Amino acid sequence: MAVATSEAVEVVDLATTSVRELNQRLHDLARTPGPRLWRILNPNGAHALACGLDADLEVEIEGHVGYYCAGMNKRATVRVHGNASTGIAENLMSGRVEVDGNVSQSAGATGRGGLLVVRGNASSRCGISMKGIDIVVGGDVGHMSAFMAQKGCLVVCGDAGDALGDSIYEARLYVRGKVAGLGADCIEKELREEHVAQLRGLLEAAGIDADPTEFRRYGSARQLYTFKIDNAGAY
Amino acid sequence: MTPGVRHPDVSERGDGQPWNLRESYLFPRPVIAEIQRAAREGIYDIRGFGAKRRLPHFDDLLFLGASISRYPLEGYRERCSTDVVLGTRFAKKPLELAIPITIAGMSFGALSAPAKEALGRGATEVGTSTTTGDGGMTPEEREHSKILVYQLLPSRYGMNPDDLRKADAIEVVVGQGAKPGGGGMLLGHKISDRVAEMRDLPKGIDQRSASRHPDWTGPDDLEIKITELREITDWEKPIFVKVGATRTYYDVQLAVKAGADVIVVDGMQGGTAATQEVFIEHVGIPTLPATRIAVDALQELGMHRKVQLIVSGGIRSGADVAKALALGADAVSIGTAALIAMGDNSPEYEREYRKIGSSAGFYDDWQAGRDPVGISTQDDELAARFDPVVGGRKVANYLRVLTLETQTLARACGKSHVHNLEPEDLVALTIEAAAMARVPLAGTDWIPGLERP
Repeated sequence: MAVATSEAVEVVDLATTSVRELNQRLHDLARTPGPRLWRILNPNGAHALACGLDADLEVEIEGHVGYYCAGMNKRATVRVHGNASTGIAENLMSGRVEVDGNVSQSAGATGRGGLLVVRGNASSRCGISMKGIDIVVGGDVGHMSAFMAQKGCLVVCGDAGDALGDSIYEARLYVRGKVAGLGADCIEKELREEHVAQLRGLLEAAGIDADPTEFRRYGSARQLYTFKIDNAGAY
Repeated sequence: MTPGVRHPDVSERGDGQPWNLRESYLFPRPVIAEIQRAAREGIYDIRGFGAKRRLPHFDDLLFLGASISRYPLEGYRERCSTDVVLGTRFAKKPLELAIPITIAGMSFGALSAPAKEALGRGATEVGTSTTTGDGGMTPEEREHSKILVYQLLPSRYGMNPDDLRKADAIEVVVGQGAKPGGGGMLLGHKISDRVAEMRDLPKGIDQRSASRHPDWTGPDDLEIKITELREITDWEKPIFVKVGATRTYYDVQLAVKAGADVIVVDGMQGGTAATQEVFIEHVGIPTLPATRIAVDALQELGMHRKVQLIVSGGIRSGADVAKALALGADAVSIGTAALIAMGDNSPEYEREYRKIGSSAGFYDDWQAGRDPVGISTQDDELAARFDPVVGGRKVANYLRVLTLETQTLARACGKSHVHNLEPEDLVALTIEAAAMARVPLAGTDWIPGLERP
């Protein structure tokens, strides 16, 4: 349990409370004041947990969560002390989502801001269509990660699967381990001082101890930005 | 030969070509032109508008007006209601529309900001909804649309929880009739600073959106996605699911299973701002059979009228509206027709169309951003030609005419609500339409494909 403070913690047991009731109580805090610290017990893989929050909350979820946990989150910090299924922190706007374990596909998909930290591995399509979110993965990411990634940073401390950054736009990808293969229009780029500084900041924010100079940077070759018939073979 | 009387030149056909020249059926002049264009440019043809080929459509159906066995309603005296409620299944706040005609999703990006505003003004004036598009919600369209449906598309450009909550309904777009299985497209010359910012894209690039949603695949995932959208919006908003018409029977049943409040089926005549010509003309099924199949799928589940059905794709007149409703749709959507109502393809602009190699009635280069009317453009100068107040009034007028026409036909069939129109009121003019709409060929009791008792 990561909430270490004397402030009162609101405890909700999903064995006896519905997801709907929990989410409604959390949503009401966008308009009316209430407890800031929340501890959720027995999530048992429930879907759409703590999605759509819009308040300065800290929500600790004690166990595994299903699809779309903390989806479209604004301002709140949501920590999952377990694994997460598909679409954790999808379309994250701001705030922070942390997962102690592994996450399934499409982690941080289309996220527009905020920080997603995965301490374990992330499956395929991590950071798909990301639009400004920063994602830090302590382990590996699966294939097609950062597919059509538009903005933001994906930091992978382990290895990346095949077709990394396929059809990438302006997102930055940092990988410490091996890359199984780069997708269309994704190339390795020089890791300059500004990138090391950015990476150091992201790793620090994520609370992951890694040397930023050990990473390689990948990004868009910008060859597919305008459709040219000579590139047809790239698709 | 009588002097002064001009005799037809028998050596020439009506089109000025000599009789001894024979044009190929397989390779007529438009096909030759396209082959040579492809050889010259090396890229497929991208255009706007919808399918231009002849297809079985609502034109191929006729109403059986009332006579001795049925009695009609008085045209100007007896009420024929047109209201429709969408989203009665799960949403706390269903949409209450005054007419069964809505404005389909068209993006800011594809259309200029004044054009989007005009659609909102027109729809609002007659009490119906308008829809965002692949580019997010603009404050202008929210302000001018009393009832606004917010689309969740594969690209998720501009998607955010605040706009979800500001919306009156949410439409999960799986596909569109012009390109079922294809993603959005917006070519570089329409990616202005504002469009680029809203979509988090570099300015001026050719934007080709994803064709699949980034965080769900298949009906089981869709069910969870819909649950998430409901949770984020506290179960207030109706959730629409829009599909391009292909395997409509399965799509409709799976959308019901996934928890949709409303299903939108867009036939292959549905318009687009930019799609490959080959896609527009060769993928999907027409709106006519799609409507019938969708209704069958709902009826089989006992969900007809419980999950509302909106059909779109080639709706132009009150006759089209009435026939779609008679086949069992709860409402229809218009896109292309609304743009035409606002002035698209108007002969008034013939000289301008000629300058860009087109002609009024033919213009379909909506992807190019050079629309002389100022609708399908992001060029400020062109967009400024379009007056959103006047445009809005035209949209409202057109929607009123569609409604009056629909009521006229419904009254003639003796119906006090347009939803009381039924397949029994229809016959088909062609064997194809009879088979597709499953109504008898006119003058017979024959419905091809249906076993006779």
